[in-house]
Amino acid sequence: MAATIEAERQVEEATGDYKYGFITDIETEKAPKGLSEDTIRFISAKKEEPEWLLEWRLKAFAYWQSLAAEEGEPDWAMVNYPKIDFQDIYYYAAPKSQEDRPKSLDEVDPELLATYEKLGISLDEQKVLSGVAVDVVFDSVSVATTFRETLQEAGVIFCSISEAAREYPDLMRKYLGSVVPVQDNFYAALNSAVFSDGTFVYIPKGVRCPMELSTYFRINEANTGQFERTLIIADDESYVSYLEGCTAPMRDENQLHAAVVELVIMDDAEIKYSTVQNWYPGDKDGKGGIYNFVTKRAACRGVNSKVSWTQVETGSSVTWKYPSCILQGDNSVGEFYSVAISNNYQQADTGTKMIHIGKNTSSTIISKGISAGHGQNTYRGLVKVLGGADDARNFTQCDSLLLGDQCGAHTVPYIEVKNPTAQIEHEATTSKISEDQLFYCLQRGLNTEEAVALIVNGFCRDVMQHLPMEFAVEAQKLLGISLEGSVG
Amino acid sequence: MLEIKNLHVNVGDKEILKGLDLSLRAGEVHAIMGPNGAGKSTLSYALSGREGYEVTEGTATLNGKDLLDLEADERAGEGVFLGFQYPVEIPGVSNMNFLKTAVNSIRKYRGEDEMTAVDLLKLVRSKAAELKMDPEMLKRPVNVGFSGGEKKRNEMVQMAVLDPCLAILDETDSGLDIDALKIVADGINRLRAPDKAILVITHYQRLLDYVVPDHVHVLADGRIVKSGGKELALQLEAEGYAGLGIADDAA
Ligand SMILES: Nc1ncnc2c1ncn2[C@@H]1O[C@H](COP(=O)(O)OP(=O)(O)OP(=O)(O)O)[C@@H](O)[C@H]1O
Ligand SMILES: [Mg+2]
Repeated sequence: MAATIEAERQVEEATGDYKYGFITDIETEKAPKGLSEDTIRFISAKKEEPEWLLEWRLKAFAYWQSLAAEEGEPDWAMVNYPKIDFQDIYYYAAPKSQEDRPKSLDEVDPELLATYEKLGISLDEQKVLSGVAVDVVFDSVSVATTFRETLQEAGVIFCSISEAAREYPDLMRKYLGSVVPVQDNFYAALNSAVFSDGTFVYIPKGVRCPMELSTYFRINEANTGQFERTLIIADDESYVSYLEGCTAPMRDENQLHAAVVELVIMDDAEIKYSTVQNWYPGDKDGKGGIYNFVTKRAACRGVNSKVSWTQVETGSSVTWKYPSCILQGDNSVGEFYSVAISNNYQQADTGTKMIHIGKNTSSTIISKGISAGHGQNTYRGLVKVLGGADDARNFTQCDSLLLGDQCGAHTVPYIEVKNPTAQIEHEATTSKISEDQLFYCLQRGLNTEEAVALIVNGFCRDVMQHLPMEFAVEAQKLLGISLEGSVG
Repeated sequence: MLEIKNLHVNVGDKEILKGLDLSLRAGEVHAIMGPNGAGKSTLSYALSGREGYEVTEGTATLNGKDLLDLEADERAGEGVFLGFQYPVEIPGVSNMNFLKTAVNSIRKYRGEDEMTAVDLLKLVRSKAAELKMDPEMLKRPVNVGFSGGEKKRNEMVQMAVLDPCLAILDETDSGLDIDALKIVADGINRLRAPDKAILVITHYQRLLDYVVPDHVHVLADGRIVKSGGKELALQLEAEGYAGLGIADDAA
């Protein structure tokens, strides 16, 4: 977060005082509880969407209804949670108005502030993150505006997905749902029907995006993350690095989060997508916490295209997430680097799918699962090599680290190979933080928490080094904080 | 400086140290010898605060401060350093990062400011150079894939950087070739200072040829059974524990 603030400051300096900032005055409004065609029409109208998008949503809804009627929510993942009552959820709530927000940090949960402190988050940032009504001291809207102008000069489109539906209908119609079709799965269908907002990015041919893009720049819409939809298109020979989420803990009243992320990568283009997910994990007894059911997929359509997913998942009570790569273009490359923590009663079932279609495609999977307390951590991954994918290569490494003896780690790799030239390597390890390691660290002066943080960060090194530098520094602290109290 | 009186230590249900007395003055080097299983490592763990080593009776103070009341990391903050018989591997954590974290944790305990990255790098590099460690080793993960000798050398570098006032070295000389032994001896001798005390646990006279102790003690069956000057080590080397009337399987 510190990094993004710094970037914002630079943007501000580079582009001078803000002139075009605006604050939309949205009245607090909620769609009625429950899910029906009316809810969807309400959302679509609120977003002033074109007719085709409403149609698209309704089709998705019809499909979701048929799934819900036939088989209900999916239950194949290694996670346990009470059945969700989909009629007991609000599907649309406008962002809170300034009056409804806390007036100052004094009104914010001290525990939350203590965590910000440990992460080294500045007071201004703390205000934004905890939803304090912000004034001119830190005007996120103005920053976002100036930031956007810099991008516009480069021809990069970076806006909300509702805005894209209105302003860039051709791109949207062509690509929305082209990677994760409406019928893909239960939660993808639900998201397609009710997505409240999200991000749209288009990098034109030959452009290297001049800065790292972060959801954080669109803080105005931060409260609408329940059913987020992200679509990123990297045209030929382009590059973008995208950061999602932030290390600061995210409190949210919405228990169910079901996001969809679609990435499209053309010839010689590359997308680097980094996530730090720190939603509320629930308390020490497993009460509360977010259900995080995400569908993320990248289509490497072009030759020599490349996608790299890096994720640090420390939050949510239940996580169900498999960022995947469809390696269609010849020589395309897919990478998945993941750290997932389950502490207390958290459950994480996460991994990836690498689908090799093109010739000479290669994929790398490095997964680090950390279980503590009563946490359960499952790696679930598929490596699939189709008949035409000559000389496909995959390397998979799944390491699990256990803290304590009440937690669990599980590895569920699926490998399907239809081409004899494929080279597939799979390595898996499970280890514990040993008493010897802890005492060695303590003897050198580290306290238990510092020792656990150091050892865990060492365990995750191969993944953390793929995060953008400043993000990595914060993520390192976050790992330590997420595991506080798990040993000793 | 270090005062141990009537120390009783249990491991599990078993009493291992059975009333041990030992006193080290500032500036002194003491050697402890004794048969396998006598309780030498137990003493070093009890002094450094390892979990599972339960003190049932007795006292241990460092410069008048009650050590037994402190957690292991607090004892390190007070200047206690234990050189491990088997140094531990920490994958993915570079030696440099480990030392940086250790130095700053200790400084924090003492209420001092963090050391800047530049100062720290200088300090660690110079200590590594003194002990003839290849600076590339500082980038490698702590002890991972190090040879036995390299691990012990690494212990000496850590000791030099942390600059403890009480160093306890548990068989730091075991399994070393002659060059590595000299490095370890050099590390110990460099630490020798009027305001520091060093406790060397060893089975062999050959280390004591390089690190000349002020006192030598024999630990058997949980107690110090004999103390003397450096000639006691020579006598042991020549006559064995039996020559002193101590059964070799005392424990
Ligand atoms: N964790 C433990 N559980 C049970 N017994 C233990 C444990 N640790 C040490 N002991 C016992 O305590 C006694 C003393 O062990 P200690 O390691 O202190 O001996 P030592 O003098 O260092 O021997 P050596 O010269 O072989 O290193 C031994 O009998 C040993 O088996
Ligand atoms: Mg021993």
